[in-house]
Formats: sequence, structure tokens, C-alpha cells
Amino acid sequence: MNHPPYIHVAVSLAAAPFLFGVINKVKAGFAGRKGPPLFQMYYDIVKLMRKGAVYSRTTTEMFRLSPLVSVAVGILAVMTVPLGQTESLISFHGDIFLLAYLFGMARFTTVLAAMDTGSAFEGMGASREVQFSMLAEPAFLVGLAALSLLTGESSVAGILSALRNGTGTATGHVVIPICVASLFIVLLAENSRIPVDDPNTHLELTMIHEVMVLDHGGMDLGFIHYGSALKLWVFASIIARILVPVKMSSPMLDAALATASLLAVTVAVGVVESTMARLRMLRVPQLLTGATILSLVALIIAMR
Amino acid sequence: MILFLAALIVLLTGAFVTACAGRRLWANTAGPLFSVAGSVLTVVGSLMTYEDGPWEWALNQGGSAILSIHFSMDPLSAFFCTVTAVITGIAAIYGGGYLKEYADEKNLGMAWAFFLILSASMLAVETAWDGIFFLVAWEIMSLSSFFLVIFESEKPEVLKAGWVYLVATHFATAFLMVMFMILGSAGSFSFGSAAVPPALKSVVFILALVGFGTKAGFSPFHVWLPEAHPAAPSHVSAVMSAVMVKAGIYGILRILTFTGEPLLWWGWTLVILGAVTGIGGVLFALAQKDLKRLLAYSTVENIGIIALGLGLGIVGMATTHPVMAVLGVSGCLMHVLNHAVFKSLLFFGAGSVLHATGSKNMENLGGLMKRMEKTGSFFMVGAAAICALPPLNGFIGEFLIYLGSFKAFTVHYGTQGSLCGILTISTLALIGGLAAACFTRAGGVVFLGEPRSSEAEKAHESNAFMTGSMAILTALCLALGLAGPFTIRLIQPAVQVLTGRSHAMDTVIFEGGDYLMRISVAGLCFLILVLALRLIRNRFLSGRSVEEAGTWDCGYTAPDARMQYTASSFSDPVVTMFQAAVRSKKQVDRPVGLFPESGAIQTRTDDVVLTRLISPMFVLAAGVSDRLHRMKKGYNQIYILYIVLALFTLLFWTFYQEYTR
Repeated sequence: MNHPPYIHVAVSLAAAPFLFGVINKVKAGFAGRKGPPLFQMYYDIVKLMRKGAVYSRTTTEMFRLSPLVSVAVGILAVMTVPLGQTESLISFHGDIFLLAYLFGMARFTTVLAAMDTGSAFEGMGASREVQFSMLAEPAFLVGLAALSLLTGESSVAGILSALRNGTGTATGHVVIPICVASLFIVLLAENSRIPVDDPNTHLELTMIHEVMVLDHGGMDLGFIHYGSALKLWVFASIIARILVPVKMSSPMLDAALATASLLAVTVAVGVVESTMARLRMLRVPQLLTGATILSLVALIIAMR
Repeated sequence: MILFLAALIVLLTGAFVTACAGRRLWANTAGPLFSVAGSVLTVVGSLMTYEDGPWEWALNQGGSAILSIHFSMDPLSAFFCTVTAVITGIAAIYGGGYLKEYADEKNLGMAWAFFLILSASMLAVETAWDGIFFLVAWEIMSLSSFFLVIFESEKPEVLKAGWVYLVATHFATAFLMVMFMILGSAGSFSFGSAAVPPALKSVVFILALVGFGTKAGFSPFHVWLPEAHPAAPSHVSAVMSAVMVKAGIYGILRILTFTGEPLLWWGWTLVILGAVTGIGGVLFALAQKDLKRLLAYSTVENIGIIALGLGLGIVGMATTHPVMAVLGVSGCLMHVLNHAVFKSLLFFGAGSVLHATGSKNMENLGGLMKRMEKTGSFFMVGAAAICALPPLNGFIGEFLIYLGSFKAFTVHYGTQGSLCGILTISTLALIGGLAAACFTRAGGVVFLGEPRSSEAEKAHESNAFMTGSMAILTALCLALGLAGPFTIRLIQPAVQVLTGRSHAMDTVIFEGGDYLMRISVAGLCFLILVLALRLIRNRFLSGRSVEEAGTWDCGYTAPDARMQYTASSFSDPVVTMFQAAVRSKKQVDRPVGLFPESGAIQTRTDDVVLTRLISPMFVLAAGVSDRLHRMKKGYNQIYILYIVLALFTLLFWTFYQEYTR
């Protein structure tokens, strides 16, 4: 007996910012610091929500629209992915493309909002963002295509539950790890984490996502933080579910396992962030092309 | 039937009347009126054909005349006619506003006459049921659009563009003539009796692919698009880019109904051609600085997507995989419709920008959203639609193609289908990312930020005809994006002309409609969420301080419009990545010394196919012709010698044939 899907959507919407806390704790642990509290992102968002607004004279409606789109996309995206063994709220064949292109919509408005400020820095971030996302998109879709070929399903929830129902074939044992590797790289790139981007800085040399939202403040910045939290939640829960497709005997155990695997992926992001340096800007395309190649390899093996 | 013929008569009468009106002012009112009337009649007539079934009408069928004026409309024709009529009608409204400023210097009557002839000839091409009549209509279509392209014939670059177009279109016609000769080899050119000898099936396909593909803009035959489309007045660019190139797609589809069961390699050819055209088109679009040229290249890209869908459909048909066939062809037709809507919207936007600032060069623009709020917002919607972002219409067609490719390997129909699906998915994903880069750049550089020139600073909103027609198209983008489940059923009769009908297909369409319904629901949810969040933000912000200030920009004190990222710098990383294919030329004068006095950078991207393949070929042809020129000496004796030699050759040839018999 599963819970109705809207419960897990509500849980996801409430718990998403927590993941940032986990990543930061892991990073602090590696650095031997105490680190910010686990709920820091909540405090940040609440603080921002209580502020007024300052808009640049150069900007137009586009600038004010983009934070709203990020959150709306995040909420819809949460509905398409299942958490643990629950069903997802929106599920149909090909919802993968809806998911990918909804994130595309969010990126489209974020990039335009950055260009709306007329700042050279933000233009630079926008330019890099479109370059890297262009490379991440094939990796993501082809990676999911490989899983789709393996399972014979073409919806996010369908693929994930088919993995549970035992595709423990020899092919599966090869394809799934390769896909996870590729999707993990996509997760790092799409959520602007190290080694692709550095969420803690907006110096010229490293700026991609953070610099695009340089001029956003107050509620808008709060929306943007929340939107990125939801995005991280979506990617992490897809990967968690691929890694741990097991179904437990009771819904409570299932929920516990799902949470544990989700946290494990988040910790992995933190570990990568603590142990790796950010790549040189020129190397990032190679990493992302590498991810696409991994996805293609997985697809070819799955076809066999 | 009556309505369709009435529409043609209205359009041609209109052409006559406006041609007579010449430079009189009312020509610019009469033209749009006739065009809209013709469009309304065509749309109603075509939709009635959907209800009542196909019809045929011939003026002199079976007579001894060589030219038999023979129309026939089946659902496929009706679909293309509807798209053509809707876009030409809206373009005419826009054109009425756009041409106003030319009223003193140009003969607008003639311009409208050609526009109306172009509309009528496109409709005739899409309904012609006789080979020769088809070619005549095709040629009228090409010539009338040629005269529209050279509207501003006093500019040398416009004439050059017209020249390239004229050569390209006749190159296409040459292939089509041969193809129709083969089709008519049974003795009649009527399509009703068109039978392709099985041995020549593939020859016909190749001829159609080159002939129609040149009009449609398949690489490497796309070279005329980026020349001709920017040169034409904007409403004509819109019609050419949005619907006239589709006449080429229509031609290929129509020929496929004559050739019978398609072969597998045809599908592969189209898929690979589509991938090359799509990726090439969007890469070159990304490297352009001229806004209209960018849009023309993006048409090449979208034609690539259409070809991908069709190729997928043909692979599906050839491997008897009905799901793939129906989804591929549906995606192809859906994208034909959607591309027509958003591409004309974008060309109208570019036209308004040109109208307001006198410049198409993106490096001179910027900040127009503040000055032309309507045009800017409409352009942004069009840009999002062309990037296939939900909830707008571009997503629907690409979704069907994606779904078809996914079905190709989820149902396990063998290696061919899976490979084809993989190629399609990877290509579409890459094209999607590049298109997003291309159109955030176009929208962002032109409309956002600070103006980069005084012309851009002084820009003003366009008149009501222009903004009104853009508003209609914007509404269509959104409506078609939400009406997916409805439109997929609407285009099914047209799809079935190609794929035939079976129970399996009905199931696919039923399921596809269901998925599209969920996409529409998700799209609606998205819009509601954005609105709700907006209300929440307004609610919270009321009563708090909302200030305006300069762009913060890390505390930079004196930002300047010239410090903004330019169009070239925005796309430079991507263009550099694909330098091997794009071959952009960059000339850099670096600033030197501690107090540099000057520094400059210039980039330009010429069409690789034109500069590296076609121009050298023409130079070669000119060289050979020059050699032949030496035979012309100017002495009568020598010419008589040539004649005698020719006669002798013929004589010996005849003897030889008699001898061998």
C-alpha cells in the first residue's frame, strides 16, 4: 500500500532546501570546520522573503519573470519524478522530454534575465551557461534513452519502476553504472556544482550560474535559491532511485530507504566538491562531451 | 471546392486590380484586403474538404491541350493549403503596415500584385493534379517571389541575393522537369495515372529530393535561403521562410504517395540529411550578426527537424513499424504547422526592429524592449517557441518526433529502427541546446540590455497593423501549444495519405493524444503557477520598498552600453567549438603598449557551402565557358564549317545506327 502521490510531492517541496545544508555540512567536515547549520538555506530563504526589492533601471519584465519561472518549473519537475517507491503525480510516455524541456524553459528565462541587466559579467555567465547546457542536454536525454531501451519503458516513473522489477540481467549490470556516471556528471553541471561551476564564488574566472543571478535580490533571489533546490532534488532523486531500485516490505521502510539513498547522492556531491578542484573553463566541454559519450556507450551496450 | 476556386479567383483578381492601381495610395489597402479574403475562403474551403472528403476539378481534362488545369484536394493538400493561407493572410495585414513608409518611392501596386500571385501559385502548387500544371504553378511561385525579393532593387546586395535565388530555384526546376518526365512516361501527366516504374523508383526519389530539397533548404542546397530571405521585405521573408519552403516539403510528401512502398535507405537518407541540415543550420544561425539572416538559417535548422521526422516515419514504414511511421510523419507535419507560425512571428519582429531602427545588425541594437514593448514581448514568445519550450507550440512537434524515436527501441523492432532512433534523439537534443543558445542571443542582444547605438535609442513601437498581426501569431503559438491533443487528430487524415490506415495507428493516435493532453495540462499548470507566484510576490512586495537603481554588476561604478556582451562575444565559445564546420573568420588588432590607442576585432561567417563548394564550381563553369568562347571567331566561314561538321557527325551517326541494327 503506497501513499497517494501528492504526499511525496509535498514532502519534496518542503525538504528540497535541506539538501544544500547536507552538501555544505559535508564540505565543512572535509575542511575541518563546523559549517553552517543544516537548515541554513531555509533561514536564507525566509530572510530574503521578508525583504523589499531593488531593480536595475536597465531591466525589464523579463528580469522579474525569470525567478518565477524557475520555481514553477521546479514544482512541475518534482511532480514528474517518484520518490522511493511512490508513484509520481505526472507520468506518461515521454514525460522525460517534458522534464528536460521544462528545465530548458527555466534556463531560457534565466539567461535572458542575465542579459537584461546589460552587464558584461552577466552576459559572460549567460554565454557560458548556454554553451555548457547545450552539451549537457544530449548526455541527459541519451542516458535516459539507454535506460529506456533497457527497460522498454519511456516515462521517468516507468523506467524507474521497471528497474525495480528486476532487470538484473548481465546487460543491466553494465548499463546502469555507466548511465549513473553520466547522469551524475549532468547533475553536477546542471546544478552548477564543482567541477563545472562553483556555487560559492562569482569571480570572473569561474562565473557561470552564480554570476547570472548577480543582480537579483530580495524575494527574487529567494525564489531562485528555492528553484535550484528543487532542481537538485529532482536530479538527485532520479539517480538515487536508479542506484537503489529495491522495494522493501513496508511503505515506511521504503520511505526510509529512499531518503537514505537520496542523502547518499547528496553526500556524494559534497564529497566531489570537497575533493576536486574546479576544472578549467576550457576543460568543461570535454567533461560534458565525455558524459554524452558515456551515455552513448550505455545505449549501444543496451541495444546488444 | 467552390470556395477554394473562389479564393484563387479573388487572389488573381486582386493581383490584377492592384497591378492596375500602381502607385496610387489605395493599392496598399486593396492588397491586404484581397489577400485576407482569399485566405479566409481557402481556410474554410480546406477545412470543408476535411469534412466532405477529397475532390477533383479540371478545366480541360483529357483534352488535347498540353496544359491541363487540374486541381485536386485531399487531406494532405488541405493541410498545406490551410497553413499557407493562414500565414499569407496574416502576413498581408502586417505587410499593409510595413509597406506604408515605402508608399512614396515604390510601386506598391506591383508589389501587392506579386504577393497575391505568390499566394495563389503556392495554393495551386499544393493542389495541382497534373505534372505540367504543377511545374507552371511552381515556376510562377518562384518568379513572383523573385520579384518580391528584389523589391529594393536599388541596393546591390539585394540584386545579388535575387540572382542567387533565381539560379538556385531553376537548378531545382531542372531536376523536377526530369522527374515529371519519368512520372509521365506512361503517356499522361495527370497525377491520377502517375505510376513510377519500379526500376526508376529510387531515381524519382533522388530527383525529388534534390529538386524539392533545394526549395525546402536541405543542406547543401540551402545556400539561397540566407541570401534571399533577409533581402526581401519582412512580410515576404516571413511568407517565404514560413510557408514557401514548405512547398518543397509538400512536393516530397506528394511524390512519396506515388512511389508506393518506400525503401529503407530513403528514410536513412532523410534522417542523415535532416541531422546535417539541422545542426548546420543552427550553427550558422548562431554565428550571424544580421538578425534576418539568423532567422533564415534557423529556417534551415527547422527544415532539418522536419526532415528528421519524415525520415523517421519512412524508416518506420519501410520496416513495417506503424508506431514509428505515424509518430514520425505526424511530428513532421506538426512541425510544418508550428514552424510556420513562430517563424513568421519572428520575421515580423525582425521587420519591426528594422522599421524602427533601420538596422538588422544585432551589434547596433539593444534595449528595444523598453522602447517597443509589444514587439519585444511577442518576439520573446516566438523565440521560446522556436526553442521548443513548453507550453508553446514548438514543443509539440518535437515531442512527437522524440516519442517516435523512443518507441523505435522500446518496442524492439530491430537494429535499423533503434539506430535511427538514437541518431534522431542525439541530434534533436543537440539542436535543442544550440537553438536555445541562438535565440537567447537574438532576443537578449536585440531587445534587452542598453541600446548600442543612437538609432536603437530612438526606436519607436510599430503601427497597429504590425503589432496586431504579431499578437495574432503569439496567441496562435500559445493556443497550438495547449491544443496538442486536438491538432494531432486534425492532422491525422493528412498523415494517413502517406502511411495508410490501420488499427495499430488508431491506437497510437489515441495514446499520443492522451500524452499531449497531459502536456497541455502541465502547460496550463505552469502558466497558473507563474501567475500565482507573481500574485504572491506582488502581495508581499506591496507596502515594502521597491527601488530602482543602476545595474549593480559587482559594484562596477560606470557601466557603459559598449561594455555589454555583444552578439559575437555571446556566441564565440560555441562557434569556436565548432570552428571546423563553421569556419568563422576572425581578424584581431590587439591593443599594444601600456596606453593602447586602438584595438579592433572583426568576425564574419560566410556560408561554407557557398564559398567552398558552389562558388568554385561556378568559377570553373565560367572558365570552361571562356575556353568555348574561343570558338567564336566572328568569321562566317568558320560558322559554316561548324554547321558542316555538325551535319557530317549526324550523318555518320545515322549510318552507324543503320549499320548496327
